[in-house]
Amino acid sequence: MKFSWKWAGGALTLMLAAGALGGQVYADRPLTVVSWGGAYQDAQKKVYFEPFKKESGKDLIDESWDGGIGVIRSKVEGGTDSGWDVVQVESEELVIGCDEGLFEPIDWDKIGGKDAYIAPAVHECGVGAILYDNVLSYDKDKLKEEPRGWSDFFDTTKFPGKRALRQGPKVNLELALMADGVAPGDVYKTLSTPEGVDRAFKKLDSIKKELIWWKSGAQPPQLLASGEVVMTSAYNGRIDAANRTDKRNFGIQWNEALFTLDSWVVLKTSPNKDVAFEFLDFIGKPENQAKLPEAIAYGVTAKGATKLIDPKRLPDLPTAPENIENALQISDSFWIENIDRLNERFNTWAAS
Amino acid sequence: MTSERTQLKRDLRKAGGRRRLTAILLVLPLFLFLLFSFIIPIADMLRRSVVDNELATAWPNTTAMLQAWDHSSPPDEAMFRALGTDLRASAEVRTIATPARRLNYALENGRSLVMNTGRSLRALEGEPQSWRDTLLKEDPSWGDKKTWIALAQASGPLTDFYLLTALDLERDPEGTIVSRPPQQSLYLDVLLRTGTMSLSVTLLCLVLGFPLAYYVANAPEKTGNLLMILVLLPLWTSLLVRSAAWIVLLQDQGLVNAMLMAVGFSDRPVPLIYNRIGVLIAMVHVQLPFMVLPIIATMKAIPTAYMRAAISLGAHPAIAFVRVYLPQTFPGVAAGTLLVFIMSLGYYVTPALVGGANDQMLAYFIAYYTTSSANWGLAAALGVLLLGATAVLYFVYARLTNLGQVKLG
Repeated sequence: MKFSWKWAGGALTLMLAAGALGGQVYADRPLTVVSWGGAYQDAQKKVYFEPFKKESGKDLIDESWDGGIGVIRSKVEGGTDSGWDVVQVESEELVIGCDEGLFEPIDWDKIGGKDAYIAPAVHECGVGAILYDNVLSYDKDKLKEEPRGWSDFFDTTKFPGKRALRQGPKVNLELALMADGVAPGDVYKTLSTPEGVDRAFKKLDSIKKELIWWKSGAQPPQLLASGEVVMTSAYNGRIDAANRTDKRNFGIQWNEALFTLDSWVVLKTSPNKDVAFEFLDFIGKPENQAKLPEAIAYGVTAKGATKLIDPKRLPDLPTAPENIENALQISDSFWIENIDRLNERFNTWAAS
Repeated sequence: MTSERTQLKRDLRKAGGRRRLTAILLVLPLFLFLLFSFIIPIADMLRRSVVDNELATAWPNTTAMLQAWDHSSPPDEAMFRALGTDLRASAEVRTIATPARRLNYALENGRSLVMNTGRSLRALEGEPQSWRDTLLKEDPSWGDKKTWIALAQASGPLTDFYLLTALDLERDPEGTIVSRPPQQSLYLDVLLRTGTMSLSVTLLCLVLGFPLAYYVANAPEKTGNLLMILVLLPLWTSLLVRSAAWIVLLQDQGLVNAMLMAVGFSDRPVPLIYNRIGVLIAMVHVQLPFMVLPIIATMKAIPTAYMRAAISLGAHPAIAFVRVYLPQTFPGVAAGTLLVFIMSLGYYVTPALVGGANDQMLAYFIAYYTTSSANWGLAAALGVLLLGATAVLYFVYARLTNLGQVKLG
């Protein structure tokens, strides 16, 4: 076919029209909520997203992501709407992104006020979504005695056999210090000194030969189930899920657990800020939050929610008073500052 | 006559030109693909490993001051003023996190130093009498020479910081290149580990693959085809699935250990996984086809008459094999070993799944710095290290084996 200006002109017009139309649709697009996928997002869909749509009459679509501050950065840096409004981020991403101005400051008046939430859930740029734990987990069928805390994790005479920890320094240095007798409240004070870091590595060194390293949250229950290890650090929700769906008999030691929060943020470039805060208000209401732990064993952040949860479910949650009593919150500021250096040290240590 | 000749010439040229144009058009998509998916990204990676403009973008005044600084005299009030105003301005427009991150690579407390000072300066009203006093009151570290050296070394536009780090080196305050402290010296070990593991995998593949290839190449067609399918089958299965399958097989309660214990080889499970042995087994399994296929290809092309001739001339079959057959397989062996070795150098998934913490290869660290910590400068520098090591080995190998005659695949 011969090149024809008429055709080209037609195509161009069509493209422009489609672009304009697309732009138009984009500007009035539904609220887009981004979370972590899998069983967790399914639970959120059931208790948050669908009810919000029904109650508010507003349209909402949900997407999932795998984290990484780089992703958020590239979404916001263009300065124009990139299609995402509300995103659930990990605590470090919350701090870094807030420092870089990638998130809209939270308007607390619109979501019930700061006092409606537990203290760790309140941040300049985000509101806590869930609270979850890194716990010591073990197979109740194999261990006669319950390990009482991280010092038992390091006691290979009382509990012979292999153990698993997450590959990397984060969480491990903290639990090593607790095993070495440092009170949870003093862990980061100790870890801020070179001697404290040495002490943590020395403690890890004492069971290095018995250690297997896991990388994804799905691995710890598998390692326990296959009998590869007798004890492991794990995310509490995964262990609970293995017990409920696979009928395992895994135990969770809540003493000296390390907890952290994921938070909801609103992207700076969102054209749907009002609806976004309306959504955050809806899912921040105690009566709505109380429904989430039924679906997945994570703690919620609204102060009034806990007393609305089925009392039978409470002991499974990180937020139950007796579970959080002796738990330590993972310090974002410490890790943002030190992760690269300690990661190098960890890898050098692991290789020697 | 002359005009006919020129006419002919013109036609020829026209035809030649058209053919050349067709050739270019046929190659063009591939060339564009390579350009955008390979050449440009690699060039960009090389660039990222030496470009250092994070500080300069956020703090232009400070950077200008630092470039005029001699690195030894104590910083004067003008430098403190430049830093103070830059800090405050970047804190107000929220660009301060980038220089904070950059300084944290070089200074123990870099991030908090910058962020905390920036936060306080934002609240500061008007112009202070002495920027020096103001900054020192915020944090005495601003008076340290170490801090200013780090600032100066980060002020770009070019840097050797990342490349030196990738080689376990750093610059001391005087600017001399020195080794990094042993607790932070890691990447040369990792590079050595990457090289040794790739070499082991390659040798194991050769030892297992050569006899197999010989058998397949000389077996009757039906058996040969069947064996060929068995060789190719693993290639059609996802790498992830194969690695995961090895976990199931090799774990303490796995099939292999059950067998070892059943035949009385051992009375307790042999640690076969989450260590070097596991990585070697799984990687050899993954790489074997890439060794076997080129060798089979060469062996099939070797005329059987040569061996028969050698034997009929009185050579012992073993001697004939070594002196006549073996040299003819070298191009295939060379292609296979090179392919397996270079592919192993960049391995990531298999060691990550079946290896322990001390079995991670260079690719693991590149992935870590790109996705998790967003330190692209260091990721790029490690990439350059890997690329450099691969190139050096390739040329050494080419020298040793006369690679000019070898065609891959």
